[in-house]
Amino acid sequence: MTSIGAGTDRYLAEFESLERGADRAPAWLAALRREAMARFAERGFPTTRDEDWRYTNLGPLAATPFRAAGAVASLNLSSETVDRAAIGPSAWPRLVFVDGRYAPEHSSRQRLPGGACLSSLAEAMTTDPELVQRHLARHAHWDADVFAALSTAFVQDGAFLHIPAETAITAPIELLLLTTVPGALAQPRILVVAGPHSRFTVVERYVGLTDDTCFVNAVTEMVVGPGASVDHYVLQEQGASTFHMATIHAALERDSAFSTCEATFGARLARTTLTVRFGGEGGRGSLAGLYVTSGRQHVDHHVTVDHAVPRCSSRQLYKGVLDGSARAVFNGRVIVRPDAQKTDASQTNKHLLLSDGVEVDSKPQLEIFADDVKCTHGAAEGQLAPEAIFYLRSRGLDDTAARRLLTLGFVREVVDRITVEPIRSYLDRTLEARLGTERGSKEMP
Amino acid sequence: MLSIRDLSVGVEGKTIVRHLNLEVRAGEVHAVMGPNGSGKSTLAQALAGHPAYAVTGGEVTYLGRDLLAMSPEDRARAGLFLAFQYPIEIPGVSNAAFLKAAINEQRAARGLDELDAMDVLERLEQKLQLVEMDKSFLSRPVNEGFSGGEKKRNEILQMAVLEPTLAILDETDSGLDIDALKIVAQGVNRLRRPDNAIILVTHYQRILQYVEPDHVHVLFDGRIVKSAGKELALELERRGYDWIRDEVGAVA
Ligand SMILES: Nc1ncnc2c1ncn2[C@@H]1O[C@H](COP(=O)(O)OP(=O)(O)O)[C@@H](O)[C@H]1O
Ligand SMILES: [Mg+2]
Repeated sequence: MTSIGAGTDRYLAEFESLERGADRAPAWLAALRREAMARFAERGFPTTRDEDWRYTNLGPLAATPFRAAGAVASLNLSSETVDRAAIGPSAWPRLVFVDGRYAPEHSSRQRLPGGACLSSLAEAMTTDPELVQRHLARHAHWDADVFAALSTAFVQDGAFLHIPAETAITAPIELLLLTTVPGALAQPRILVVAGPHSRFTVVERYVGLTDDTCFVNAVTEMVVGPGASVDHYVLQEQGASTFHMATIHAALERDSAFSTCEATFGARLARTTLTVRFGGEGGRGSLAGLYVTSGRQHVDHHVTVDHAVPRCSSRQLYKGVLDGSARAVFNGRVIVRPDAQKTDASQTNKHLLLSDGVEVDSKPQLEIFADDVKCTHGAAEGQLAPEAIFYLRSRGLDDTAARRLLTLGFVREVVDRITVEPIRSYLDRTLEARLGTERGSKEMP
Repeated sequence: MLSIRDLSVGVEGKTIVRHLNLEVRAGEVHAVMGPNGSGKSTLAQALAGHPAYAVTGGEVTYLGRDLLAMSPEDRARAGLFLAFQYPIEIPGVSNAAFLKAAINEQRAARGLDELDAMDVLERLEQKLQLVEMDKSFLSRPVNEGFSGGEKKRNEILQMAVLEPTLAILDETDSGLDIDALKIVAQGVNRLRRPDNAIILVTHYQRILQYVEPDHVHVLFDGRIVKSAGKELALELERRGYDWIRDEVGAVA
């Protein structure tokens, strides 16, 4: 046995009991899990000596004993609670997961057109074994990423979405992932396969119903087929003590269009490791995100756009609002490989610092190996402009209202990209609520 | 309505406005003229409550209240409006959202109900016509990418919407072509009522052909050195500001 990485022994024990248990994993999956577990055990949780984790200390996460979701009884949730946590109306196709486990009683799997499939991953392993085997854990880099490895070692349940060729689905498909039990480790796994020329929207919605310490390790793999168009949203409102680790990998094929937009409000530590890889010419990727943090929240984004082929375009726009003693890390990596001529890539990352106690580490990382390319990047951080605050006050807004309006203005550029209702109004509402008090509730002198 | 007594204002430790006195009664239009750098904007900004302009002496009474003790927002809610010489750009905040917030903050201060988006829009559309601005300006971020003239008209739009009791226009007429100037003048004239007052800060007498002032003051080196009727504006136009300099110099 190789050396055991820090904090991994508990997970090893857990893994052994999973292996011993009555788990009827197919041979390919069992082998994959063992490999991934070995990888995780060998690496252990990264430390700040690891370049990709320099500014994010995982010590508290590694030191906390979590219980796998299977070992804890989740809350019995009322349908009202579930509806309230959801973004979309119940008319949207929806899969609900409670602490990582599929909750069929809360899910609504409307008939999707033309052989489209929305099911739990466990189910899909029997109904669609070939597709699952072809794509599961084939995209997210579990060999290089510890959290993807941990997820792969324990892969059991999750969501599977397959939209076949030429199929368009208008209603967004919502994956609602609830965190309910203190101390639980939930590892939802999401696999999305978009057939050629399909079009649809998929929403990952994370809501924490507990403020106790939890660990959510989510991995999403998306395969966007030739000519397909997929819009992806991640809306995260975990509880205040949750560790939220998200690994997202989108593999884009020829002439496909992929957009992902993230809104992060919750968790004590939230890390997004997002990779968009262009594997076919003519692909377009739009990556956007906003995060609003306060207290001692820590939000870390590692975004990689990999231009492996010619004539693809990528647009990145990330904006963070930091208050209290919050901390943001942003690492935006753009790789343009030697063959990827005519690449058009842009990256923008801006932070608004609302207090003196906040800290930002933002780093662009451009690795350009082709010569006929267009690559731009820009990063900025700053406070609200005093002249703008005074201008608003001179029109009758008080200092708080002025700052709130300006802060909303700062994130507007990201919000404006969202045209889907009710996602748009959800964001407007949540931002209003999170960015200070409304006028009506203010004390009048 | 407004009574300024012995007012001194400093910026970054430097005294700009010195021992200034000015009395504005309801129904009056006052023109404050003066060469560049004489302290016109400093006076206007100090009256609006800009924190960078420190009042170092004197008193200002507005509608019987101690203006200098009021926050900028309370001054606005009490009906004081400053049209900025250099309007500020606010990225990401639409003109409509900005005006809705301003209207409702001011209504709340007067104990009036909040207007909803539709009511606000209706009001804004009426006033847009007045300043001949296209409806598309409502959805654009405040002043961002506006031309100089559009920014000035946007100030007049805000004034028309907020219907202030005392409006101070800081060189709103500068840099405007004749059509835009007429629009601005019309906006000012509409506000001219027995219970309102207007202070027109200007460098040129051009706008005074369309808005007839009751009083004209010359600000020079932070002081009002001359006050007279509207004929003074014409004299300034004819002779420039140098003779004032000589006159003041002779006195000093
Ligand atoms: N914010 C400021 N910071 C530093 N100096 C200023 C500021 N505002 C005005 N001043 C100075 O005060 C003087 C008067 O300026 P101002 O009030 O703008 O004059 P006017 O509006 O009559 O042209 C000038 O010398 C100017 O440089
Ligand atoms: Mg000036």
